[in-house]
Amino acid sequence: MMKRWHAAKRLLPLFAGLVLLLSACGREDLSAINPQGPVAEKQYGLMTLSISIMTLVVVVVFAISFYVIIRYRRKPGQNDIPKQVEGNHKLEIIWTVIPIVLLLILAVPTAKYVFAFAEDYSKDENAIKVNVTSHQYWWEFEYPEYGIRTAQDLIIPTNKKIAINLRTQDVLHSFWVPSLAGKMDTNTEGNLNKMYIEATKENVYRGKCAELCGPSHAYMDFKVKAVNEDTFKAWVNEMNAEPKAWTGDPAAYDKFKTSCLSCHALDNSQSLGPNLKGLGSRESIAGIMLNRDNVSEPINQDLMEQHLREWIVDPERVKPGNAMTNGMTGVEFTDEELDQIVDYLSNYKLDSLKEINKQ
Amino acid sequence: MAHTTHTVKRYSGLMDWLTTVDHKKIGVLYLIAGAFFFGIGGIEAILIRIQLIKPQNTFLDAQTFNELITMHGTTMIFLGVMPIIFALMNAIIPLQIGARDVAFPFLNALGFWTFFFGGLLLNLSWLIGSVPDAGWTSYVPLASTTYSTHHGVDFYVLGLQIAGIGTLLGGINFLATIINMRAPGMSFMRMPMFTWASFITSALILFAFPAVTVGLVLLMFDRLFGGNFFEVANGGNPILWQHIFWIFGHPEVYILILPAFGIISDVVSTFSRKRLFGYSSMVFATILIGFLGFMVWAHHMFATGLGPVANALFSIATMLIAVPTGIKIFNWLFTMWGGSIKFTAANLYAVGFIPTFVMGGVTGVMLASAPADFQFHDTYFVVAHFHYVIVGGLVLGLFAGLHYWWPKMFGRVLKEGLGKATFWMFFIGFQLTFFVQHFLGLTGMPRRVFTYLPNQRFDLMNLISTIGAIMMGIGVLMFLWNVLVTSLKPANASNDPWEDGRTLEWTIPSPPPEYNFKQTPLVRGYDAWWKEKMEGNTEMQPAEPVGSIHMPSPSILPFFMGIGLFIAGFGFMFAKDDFNNALLNGLFNNYVVAGVGLLITLTCMFLRSVIDDPGYHIEKEELEDKGVKA
Amino acid sequence: MSAPVHADGQWPHEPEKATLEGRNKVLGFWLFLGGEAVLFGTLFATFLALRNSIGDGPAASELFKLPMIAAATIILLASSLTSVFAVQALHQNRVKSMIQWLIATVVLGFAFLGLEIYEFVEYVHEGHTFTTSAFSTAFYTLVGFHGAHVLFGVVWITILIVQVQKKGLNLVTAPKVYVSAIYWHFIDVVWVFIFTVVYLMGKVG
Repeated sequence: MMKRWHAAKRLLPLFAGLVLLLSACGREDLSAINPQGPVAEKQYGLMTLSISIMTLVVVVVFAISFYVIIRYRRKPGQNDIPKQVEGNHKLEIIWTVIPIVLLLILAVPTAKYVFAFAEDYSKDENAIKVNVTSHQYWWEFEYPEYGIRTAQDLIIPTNKKIAINLRTQDVLHSFWVPSLAGKMDTNTEGNLNKMYIEATKENVYRGKCAELCGPSHAYMDFKVKAVNEDTFKAWVNEMNAEPKAWTGDPAAYDKFKTSCLSCHALDNSQSLGPNLKGLGSRESIAGIMLNRDNVSEPINQDLMEQHLREWIVDPERVKPGNAMTNGMTGVEFTDEELDQIVDYLSNYKLDSLKEINKQ
Repeated sequence: MAHTTHTVKRYSGLMDWLTTVDHKKIGVLYLIAGAFFFGIGGIEAILIRIQLIKPQNTFLDAQTFNELITMHGTTMIFLGVMPIIFALMNAIIPLQIGARDVAFPFLNALGFWTFFFGGLLLNLSWLIGSVPDAGWTSYVPLASTTYSTHHGVDFYVLGLQIAGIGTLLGGINFLATIINMRAPGMSFMRMPMFTWASFITSALILFAFPAVTVGLVLLMFDRLFGGNFFEVANGGNPILWQHIFWIFGHPEVYILILPAFGIISDVVSTFSRKRLFGYSSMVFATILIGFLGFMVWAHHMFATGLGPVANALFSIATMLIAVPTGIKIFNWLFTMWGGSIKFTAANLYAVGFIPTFVMGGVTGVMLASAPADFQFHDTYFVVAHFHYVIVGGLVLGLFAGLHYWWPKMFGRVLKEGLGKATFWMFFIGFQLTFFVQHFLGLTGMPRRVFTYLPNQRFDLMNLISTIGAIMMGIGVLMFLWNVLVTSLKPANASNDPWEDGRTLEWTIPSPPPEYNFKQTPLVRGYDAWWKEKMEGNTEMQPAEPVGSIHMPSPSILPFFMGIGLFIAGFGFMFAKDDFNNALLNGLFNNYVVAGVGLLITLTCMFLRSVIDDPGYHIEKEELEDKGVKA
Repeated sequence: MSAPVHADGQWPHEPEKATLEGRNKVLGFWLFLGGEAVLFGTLFATFLALRNSIGDGPAASELFKLPMIAAATIILLASSLTSVFAVQALHQNRVKSMIQWLIATVVLGFAFLGLEIYEFVEYVHEGHTFTTSAFSTAFYTLVGFHGAHVLFGVVWITILIVQVQKKGLNLVTAPKVYVSAIYWHFIDVVWVFIFTVVYLMGKVG
């Protein structure tokens, strides 16, 4: 009886797993098993297929295991010698052929989708082109067709293919938006990758770096903000407009210019650090301090200002090993200057994103 | 044969262990060193899990966390489980093939000491304070001097090169031993599965380790001598490192798991009192897995971007491995079918291994599908998968093997009750730790993150995982306790303490005398000992009369060769450092330390070449005196 | 083994395999060469991957001087032949002849090394140093690894010559000489590949 109970106990993790599976498919904006775009959907389809086949295998093996363990255990006092069987050709052929058939069922769609996902949309006129450049520990997004550059929040229109060129500025990183598509490494020159993503619904999707890239690897998050086509066009126009005017103290502006704009840009030019254009409309500060937790809530202005302050005052504490720590050595802001910089940046909002940001 | 009597120094105490060339003692040395490093790797694992117990935990900082994951992986694979595999291979294989010794006793000792000093060098990074932090895979450019300015990765490249030499020597030794040293009648197709698996594993070591050695040399040249292999600015290619690493890295997985397959085959068959079902297909499957293991390395690189053709081919090649693996699983199940299964602690581990390994296997097939792998890759799904294979597969296999052969190695049977309790603690802890990690990965948690934000539905699963890890830790401590209490018992295990032994190791005393077999046995079939037992014999038929036995002399040279490489490693690593000390600068910056280290090793090689080892003989009378039944 | 000659007192046909130790040594050494083949294979693959990444440094076609390389090749091939003669002498128990052939092998080995060092020094003068480009690093690593093997080989064979002179040719020393000859052939084969892959392919582009 005890043995039976032990056997049943072995099933517990499976049950627990099923319960967890049903209750937690993960966040809609983060989970690979809750796909939100055609690429992730096809990948999910393949996962479901392989999981189904593999569940079949697991069930068969577990069933035989339990049967054998229970049926053929040695009882106390039992001392007979079982028949010594050398093997059985029929059985051995069966358990060679059946797995081959199962694998073929999986291999065919695998090969099909390998080629489908390698499709190059970078020449497609209907696709939006984005050059993604990864840095320790932030993401740069360039839209070559529009002459726009932004960081951390990738703004895309829904229901359009986004053709992405991936490269890194330093070490290897990996670009991953689980709910939209699988990941692809950002390599160095000579080994550059392409991929494409597509979102069907307007939403903010969470993206992550998936290749160990240093201490703040865990903090190298980004967002994909999918908006409707009109909003996207409006956003493009806004990004091409002149930067928001500084309305505060001109002396503080000089400080801002020499201390911040030496590495960051307010226009579309390339810069050492993330572009700051429209920072007040971003989902996070430094990619990791979220200004809201869910797209259903408005972006929290107070929280954003607080995050921005924390980040400027002590970037090392927020994101260990990041480049701003060095960039800020020797830079001291007075409270007044800090207030003005925070005020300027956090209120540098883009009208086009007000709706999705609920600002 | 007439021979002059040589007086050979026979040491005792510490010197005995430092100079031994006896494979059984070297096995014990491997076991102790492996357990030591396994302990370090285990502590690192527990610290990792404590850090991840809740979101935004501040128990460890990011840098320390990266050091811990790097050292956990590296230590466990190269310095923890591989030596324990070598411990069992050393202790058991010569006995299973009816040999008095291994082919190269001296080389065997050398293999151990180089492994040990390499591992020591790597772990001294903790004391010196610059620890490898680029992951156990040490991908460049992160591992290059541009992004990793301290000596951490230097410890990695030097420590692993030295340890790798040891492993390679061990592999060659076992290949030659199994080919040349089998007893009369012990044909290849009569060898026990553990011997077969170790044979294939040794072949994989021979062909895989030189690749990683080259990779490490290239990285070392880049880091220490300004080479350009991986420096993009000067035309180097970081992807090259990934290829070289995984051309080694994937066979390494099979180097680890095949011996576990062998152990499970022997244990399951013994405790089912049945011949291994489909022995020849098992042998064939093992060879096929070893062969295919070299064809699939790029499945670790699907997200690297090798193009659809390569991805499709490597996907399908990888899936193929499931076929021979499946053959093995079913053969084990049908070995038990119709048997008389005794649930000893060893067999519990073996039986627990089968479904757990199947879990790791099926997730492996899922990962093989490149398009889906774009989602799985570098997430906790992968972490779950390879821990199911390595812990659920290999470590359970090793525990099975240790319980099974402990009496043969030490003359004492480990406490059965405690052993079974340990199994349940470890097994349940294992499932708790890693089962949920599949779902963590699927729902968006990348691996190697030192923390995670709250509200991503990761919290509960991480908590469960950490609790499981602590249970596994307790399980390991229970095993150590078992070892301790067992060692206090009298060493009175019989030749065949499980009574169901089938192979030659159970025909000689536990632990065996230094010459193993008083008379080389004559092997008359597969499961040689079982066959004799079934015919009513109480011992093997001898293949030779009792005569004097020639033994190799102990030697301290292997120990010093290891030390020499250890010193040279430090010499190269700190060759460019400024110590603020004229003497140290002079010694290190002029490669004096490195040179002295290499000189020690080369001098020992020279001495080994020019001084003949006459060995010594154990005479017939001495054999009779001991009254040992062979 | 303490018994220096074969049981029946005759010099065996294959003295290197007359004892178990000898058989183990020969087999083990072949296995070791299997590992060495993977080692050089990986180095070749690395070289092939990087051979066009010359950066600002000189290209292979400007650098290599085939006559000198051809001379080195002939020298090394000749040394393989002399080591074949040495093994023949070993099988026939002609100790003096064997030692002479071994000395010839060592001399040729040193000549090869001399040429290689001269070649490297030339290249460094032409701005082709270890750190110049990925190509130069891969070149020096591959060819240098081979050179280090040659150096090890000549030192090893020299030590064996002295040993045989002191201890005579017997069933302990015979396998040592024999495996050193296999080693030497292996190095030669690797050089043939280097000559083709590095120099000839480098010259034609």
